Amino acid sequence: MPTHPAPLPPAGVVPFGPLPAKRRLAIERQEMPERDTESRSRCFEEVNLGFDAELALLEAQRCLLCTKAHCVRECPVAVDIPGFIRRVAEGDLHAAAELLLDGNALPGVTGRVCPQETQCEGACPRGRTLRGVPGRPVGIGYLERYVADWAAANRHEVPPPAPPSGRRVAVVGSGPAGLTAAGELVRAGHQVTVFEAFHEPGGVLVYGIPEFRLPKAIVHREVARLVAQGVRIECNAVIGRTFTLPELRTGYDAVFVAVGAGLPVFLDIPGENLKGVYSANEYLTRVNLMGAWRPDAETPVLAGRRVAVVGGGNVAMDAVRTARRLGAEEAVIVYRRSRAELPARAEEVHHGEAEGVRFAFLTAPVRVLGDERRWVTGLECRRMELGEPDESGRRRPVEVPGSEHVLPCDVVVVAVGTRANPLLTSTAPDLLLDRRGYIETDADGQSSMPGVFAGGDIVRGAATVILAMGDGKRISASVDRYLATAR
Amino acid sequence: MNIIRAKSRLSPTVTQLIVDSPRIARVRRPGQFVIVRRADGAERVPLTISDADPQAGTITLVVQAVGKSTADLADLAVGDPVTDIAGPLGRPTDLIQEGHAVCVGGGVGTAVIRPIAQALAAVGVRVTSVIGGRSREWVVLADELATAGDVVVCTDDGSAGRAGLVTAALDDVCRGGDVDQVYAVGPVPMMRACAQVTRPHGIPIIVSLNSIMLDGTGMCGGCRVSVGGRTRYACVDGPEFDGHAVDFDVLADRLTTYRPFEREAYARRTACQEA
Ligand SMILES: Cc1cc2nc3c(=O)[nH]c(=O)nc-3n(C[C@H](O)[C@H](O)[C@H](O)COP(=O)(O)OP(=O)(O)OC[C@H]3O[C@@H](n4cnc5c(N)ncnc54)[C@H](O)[C@@H]3O)c2cc1C
Ligand SMILES: Cc1cc2nc3c(=O)[nH]c(=O)nc-3n(C[C@H](O)[C@H](O)[C@H](O)COP(=O)(O)OP(=O)(O)OC[C@H]3O[C@@H](n4cnc5c(N)ncnc54)[C@H](O)[C@@H]3O)c2cc1C
Ligand code: SF4
Ligand code: SF4
Ligand code: FES
Repeated sequence: MPTHPAPLPPAGVVPFGPLPAKRRLAIERQEMPERDTESRSRCFEEVNLGFDAELALLEAQRCLLCTKAHCVRECPVAVDIPGFIRRVAEGDLHAAAELLLDGNALPGVTGRVCPQETQCEGACPRGRTLRGVPGRPVGIGYLERYVADWAAANRHEVPPPAPPSGRRVAVVGSGPAGLTAAGELVRAGHQVTVFEAFHEPGGVLVYGIPEFRLPKAIVHREVARLVAQGVRIECNAVIGRTFTLPELRTGYDAVFVAVGAGLPVFLDIPGENLKGVYSANEYLTRVNLMGAWRPDAETPVLAGRRVAVVGGGNVAMDAVRTARRLGAEEAVIVYRRSRAELPARAEEVHHGEAEGVRFAFLTAPVRVLGDERRWVTGLECRRMELGEPDESGRRRPVEVPGSEHVLPCDVVVVAVGTRANPLLTSTAPDLLLDRRGYIETDADGQSSMPGVFAGGDIVRGAATVILAMGDGKRISASVDRYLATAR
Repeated sequence: MNIIRAKSRLSPTVTQLIVDSPRIARVRRPGQFVIVRRADGAERVPLTISDADPQAGTITLVVQAVGKSTADLADLAVGDPVTDIAGPLGRPTDLIQEGHAVCVGGGVGTAVIRPIAQALAAVGVRVTSVIGGRSREWVVLADELATAGDVVVCTDDGSAGRAGLVTAALDDVCRGGDVDQVYAVGPVPMMRACAQVTRPHGIPIIVSLNSIMLDGTGMCGGCRVSVGGRTRYACVDGPEFDGHAVDFDVLADRLTTYRPFEREAYARRTACQEA
């Protein structure tokens, strides 16, 4: 767990309170202290160590406290960024926490995993290039994390229970969308039960995103806070099997479906049934949820001496960095486009490189090779070139004929995306789905079944934690309105 | 909490547990299974729901101790809690509605066959159960199956019923000419052999695939099997499939994925108990 320094003014360096613009502009972006690469590439402790009070104060002083804050507009839950940063600069962390938690129920999570560079920080004027000198945005994510961790250590009051509305709401799925909605709905006085298929709540936050990026203790603490507020969580409840959605709808006044996009996509190439080929979902769930990284774990995972991870997003980066930590001498990202197109967060790529991850760009797998006992021995690949841009605007990779070559490896992890899982939706015939199996909703987040709302990845397709949380927040307001009118 | 209400030993390695699980007891159907975690930190173990009592709110699990997790489960006592039970998972069995069905159970597979045989009998299908074991003490659930119809017991050494394998007995029953459907559950070699026996008779066979599972909800793909040349997920598309279309080689092979870990885990367990 991170430490939680008290908000002491660093001896004379910077005074509390906003500074004149010139002095603010003179402060450089503070670097996040990191665990050293040598030890961390082999351990699952969190890589980013968090700001101390001095770093936080300095970084907060960099903010221009814009009146038309672009950063806020780019944040899917519209956190009052200049507001909370100003309180940090003033040394009033209580007030900072109050403001932050008002807009964002899981700041300890988002401060760590939001793709800030394309959201809040991407819009910050301090990141602009001025007279040829590239700027660097305010470290909003780092500050958010700092305030969240401080609040978790120092604020313990649970808000008083709201007057009961007498209404019952079922939330299906305990990922960021479900947890956020549950928190909002319980604060509105509704009786909330969250149904989760796994034995532990948290969704991707516990089974997908690894410990070294998001310590599970942080998720547990957020879940505990919700439970203290009166949210009931029923694990091992697989909706579509234990109960169907129409059954839930009958037993509750409204239902919010947030089951994520949990169906793995394989490459559909020969050799994928060999021993040593994993979907990223399976690989990461074994390691994170089932704790296979611990020496005394009961659930095994094939660690691999040479691990090839196919894909270039955050999931692929998590898998490849996990492989290094499990002891792989070689851990390679196999990506069919070039570095410029990598969809993973810049910070993850940078961390991976520092930890010795290798990249095979412009490389596409053709088949998995195995020995006579059907263990993986390698990945046959083909080189690619970038051709004309496709619909997404990215240049389309084209095969180079005759460029087949073998990448020796004993474990292959396929991280090329996920799709909608039909387990729940296939037992709800009245639920309208789009062509790809995601739930169709109206502007309020309501599905074709009255009183059944949906949000997060099961509506958007695989997206981000903060978008899922934004859905949870926005749609729980719709649920609340629906409950006020429907009888 | 899922408390164990009753426990009995069916054979030297097979234990029957009756456990509280009211919401599963209410909705489960033959062919479905649960995923059980004995305690925090334990593995997720798939086990067939062998029977259920919706009134009492209990389900019956039959566990064959083959490794650490199943041995730990079999060691639980009456009154102990089982931390997690998720389900019912998988698709229910495709039951024929009339005619003659043969239900073949090898070892603990007999526990999977029991609810199928009982459900078939309940709709009026004539049921012949063919069950086997190494010797008398390894044959399980013969009395329970007798309530559904005829039972043919086979033992390797002839200490009970007829001597020989279940496949030979199955072949004999099929020769009768009136068999409409075979259901076979047991070790992979047994199911493969049953599929071979039924093929020349032109009799359809359903087998239950026990691939290695993690979530049981179609989320990880670890349980994938090859059926009719297509990849299917045993936990959501199965566990039961057309035995004539299953690639048993892929199944048998993938079941050995964690063998080195399993040996080590079992050795550690035994060492702890002896210490
Ligand atoms: C490895 C990985 C790394 C990622 N990294 C980042 C990152 O750094 N930053 C970022 O912003 N986003 C990241 N994402 C994406 C982000 O995690 C997801 O967009 C987000 O979690 C979606 O939230 P959700 O609440 O919609 O669904 P989920 O988090 O998927 O939660 C859904 C929950 O519903 C449960 N469930 C499913 N079906 C049922 C059912 N039938 N009955 C009951 N319960 C059910 C599931 O078990 C799960 O707990 C990452 C994703 C992965 C897989
Ligand atoms: C749908 C389904 C229903 C099942 N129903 C039952 C049941 O009712 N009763 C019962 O006793 N068992 C059942 N099994 C098998 C049971 O889940 C495994 O035996 C158990 O997971 C092994 O765990 P372990 O740690 O004890 O053994 P391990 O140490 O993990 O394995 C020991 C040996 O068992 C084999 N093995 C590992 N996993 C499986 C598996 N999933 N299936 C078969 N063999 C395996 C290994 O190859 C190894 O040889 C079922 C499996 C599935 C998929
Ligand atoms: S929630 Fe995410 S996008 Fe919004 S301010 Fe925080 S880090 Fe930025
Ligand atoms: S845009 Fe940047 S400088 Fe302006 S308020 Fe937001 S964080 Fe501060
Ligand atoms: S067990 Fe994970 S998909 Fe079947």
